[in-house]
Amino acid sequence: MKHILTRFFGITFAVLLITGCNNSNSQSNGALGSSAAEKVYVAPGEQDDFYAFLSGGYSGNLTVYGLPSGRMFKEIPVFSQFPTSGYGYSEETKPLLNTSFGFVPWDDLHHPDISQTNGELDGRWIFVNGNNTPRIARIDLSTFETSEIIEVPNCAGNHSSSYVTENTEYVVAGTRFAVPVPQRDMSIKDKKGNFKGALTFYKVDPETGRMSLAFQVLMPGFDYDKAHPGRGNSHGWFFFTTYNTEEANTLLEVNASQNDKDFIAAVNWKKIEEFVANGGGTKMPTSYMHNVYDEETHTATSTTINEVLTVDPADVAGAIYFLPTPKSPHGCDVDPSGEYIVGSGKLSADVTVHSFTKMMDAIENEKFSADAYGIPVLDFEAINAGSVKSGGLGPLHTEFDANGNAYTTFFISSEVVKWKLGTWEVLDRKPTFYSVGHLMIPGGNSRKPFGKYVVAMNKITKDRYLPTGPELEHSAQLYDISGEKMELLSDFPTHGEPHYAAGCPAELLAPKSTKIYKLEENKHKYVTPTPGDARVERNGNEVHVYMAMIRSHFTPDNIEGIKVGDKVFFHITNHEQDFDVPHGFAMIGANNSEVLIMPGQTKTLTWEPKRVGVWPFYCTDFCSALHQEMQGYIRVSPSNSNIELSWSLGE
Amino acid sequence: MRTTLKLIVLLLGFFFISCGGKENPKEEKASVKLKKDKVEVKKTTDTKVLASATVDLKNKGVGPISSVDIPDTIDNTMATHGADVFNKMCTACHKVGKKFIGPPPNGITERRTPEWIMNMILDPEGMTRNDPLAKALLIEFNGSPMANQNLSEEDARAVLEYFRTLK
Repeated sequence: MKHILTRFFGITFAVLLITGCNNSNSQSNGALGSSAAEKVYVAPGEQDDFYAFLSGGYSGNLTVYGLPSGRMFKEIPVFSQFPTSGYGYSEETKPLLNTSFGFVPWDDLHHPDISQTNGELDGRWIFVNGNNTPRIARIDLSTFETSEIIEVPNCAGNHSSSYVTENTEYVVAGTRFAVPVPQRDMSIKDKKGNFKGALTFYKVDPETGRMSLAFQVLMPGFDYDKAHPGRGNSHGWFFFTTYNTEEANTLLEVNASQNDKDFIAAVNWKKIEEFVANGGGTKMPTSYMHNVYDEETHTATSTTINEVLTVDPADVAGAIYFLPTPKSPHGCDVDPSGEYIVGSGKLSADVTVHSFTKMMDAIENEKFSADAYGIPVLDFEAINAGSVKSGGLGPLHTEFDANGNAYTTFFISSEVVKWKLGTWEVLDRKPTFYSVGHLMIPGGNSRKPFGKYVVAMNKITKDRYLPTGPELEHSAQLYDISGEKMELLSDFPTHGEPHYAAGCPAELLAPKSTKIYKLEENKHKYVTPTPGDARVERNGNEVHVYMAMIRSHFTPDNIEGIKVGDKVFFHITNHEQDFDVPHGFAMIGANNSEVLIMPGQTKTLTWEPKRVGVWPFYCTDFCSALHQEMQGYIRVSPSNSNIELSWSLGE
Repeated sequence: MRTTLKLIVLLLGFFFISCGGKENPKEEKASVKLKKDKVEVKKTTDTKVLASATVDLKNKGVGPISSVDIPDTIDNTMATHGADVFNKMCTACHKVGKKFIGPPPNGITERRTPEWIMNMILDPEGMTRNDPLAKALLIEFNGSPMANQNLSEEDARAVLEYFRTLK
């Protein structure tokens, strides 16, 4: 009897404990539980476990965060001018923003993707796309600087983009908006059947990472929305979601949602690569720019390319198929094994999953239900692996952990749903705050995910932070996914509008991060290799100042003989060779920006003096106890003055 | 209760007095202090040898170098390389034969051990923190920190050899 009583009380106590815990869990939305706080707490002086690269959307830039802390480490300027460092203002970086439309110093950056080897993150580069002025950029993950930007010709709304194949053979760029190819003056109403959707494949040099446009597949004029590569067995294929297969040209909100199913386009790029290697494809005149930054000269150059190799799908038999997918699919995600292609119909409640094995079988046995502009449409039932019936609304994107689970965001119902691959069973769901778009698991788009955390990137912030007027930074939420149930750990604000993100373990990047540029390797055209080389040269009304800087002075710091109407180029070399000792340079009346110069680097700021007088310049980065003393003067004389050019330091 | 009130009144009164009576003596004090400071500075310069002139041939400094072999004859090839490294990496602050941001390197090998010199080149931050002479130098030179130019040990050794040629 006593035993029974003890047991009874024991069990009751245990039940109480469990329910008590559950209750507190479901209430702790604000990460107030001590365990959640401990999980995101990175003690002073300690470092995070993961890097996270969040797209900045309309900021045009990429932001770097640490996980689990959610601390922002850096904003990497990519498509937008950035006065903080002078990116896009300094003469060396201006060419990076050249396009066939001229100098375009802003964009809408969407989908970061880290380079891969054998389907695993290798941490060499990260690729991102500019959506508005179609461009792909490559960022070096040792310097965390933009190394290269290449335009995408015949593209508009470069959205199904910057994803890499599993050995980074290619990075792809798909057009969201179909356009006339080549562009021409025609009636918008004649869109249907006359526009094209270009899917562009850039070859990536395995040593340097340099991109070159290999070929462009001119698909029917649908909207190509998202993409992901095949991996494992499906390596060699690339998958793109489409919507507006109706080819509507107006009121898309209604007219692009008429078809019950749109498609996922399965593109066998290996087959097209072979076709092109054998002389296939048609060269089309065009114009696009390729901008490359050279780390040794610290200078970018732009080249215009006037031709693109296009491929008509009809010419390559068996290379492209359409997989019917319900309700305007948005996300197109491939699981770590490469078997499942997940299409999230954004107007549907369910997530559709196609099987690669079944797809190959349907191709082999010609299980076609229709064709679209000559491209076979596979039979839905024949390729469908299953669907996830979660009860959520508006599925958008899916990422994966290493244990056969998938995590899908639902925009309309504001939640992340965890489900099992193969059984399609819903295992857990957690609310997001609010209206989640993308989500990211480090390595969650590779053969080897690191499934410890998922970051949900939300579109709406509302009441999550102290209000800052009408404009709010978008919120992100971090969940621990190491257990059976997801646990909300923290909120953190993000910059711009993060679309996709990419993450990787800290040890993949931290040890190889560049600390300084070696002064002896500086091959800049206007380098000042030693302070003895500092000088000022005049060439007509162009004046070149060869300047050196070190804690805490400029060589030279007094310059005379500059005249109103001159164009002065300050070529400034930072002579520091120590980690984290940049110097800045700011000139009164400069109409561009200041520049921040890394140790061993040379940067050029242009200044056109307009007023006679003695004008100061100074270092903007607090560099030593004598930082306030790091300044100099320039004497500006009238344009007809005879003052000789002279320069000095300490005289 | 009453005693507390009294105490508060007393305390407040004290505050008022101390605040009100402060202004005039403050100015006086400041000027007196200034004079005092000047006197003190003079005294130290009179009696103390400058850090840059101090001869200490025992102190090896703090850093990666604990012992260096210095042959009697100067290795000219090494010294030439050292001069090249010095010109590229050090002349922003050090000039031969002339005090600039930092001291001139002339005669340094007669005042310091080779280890101290190399440690100062290779880890100036650590030296300034941990070596009393290096700390005194920072103060003597206006608080201007010596920059770590990330020289290899080999290059630092060559610079030392170059310094041996400077009298």
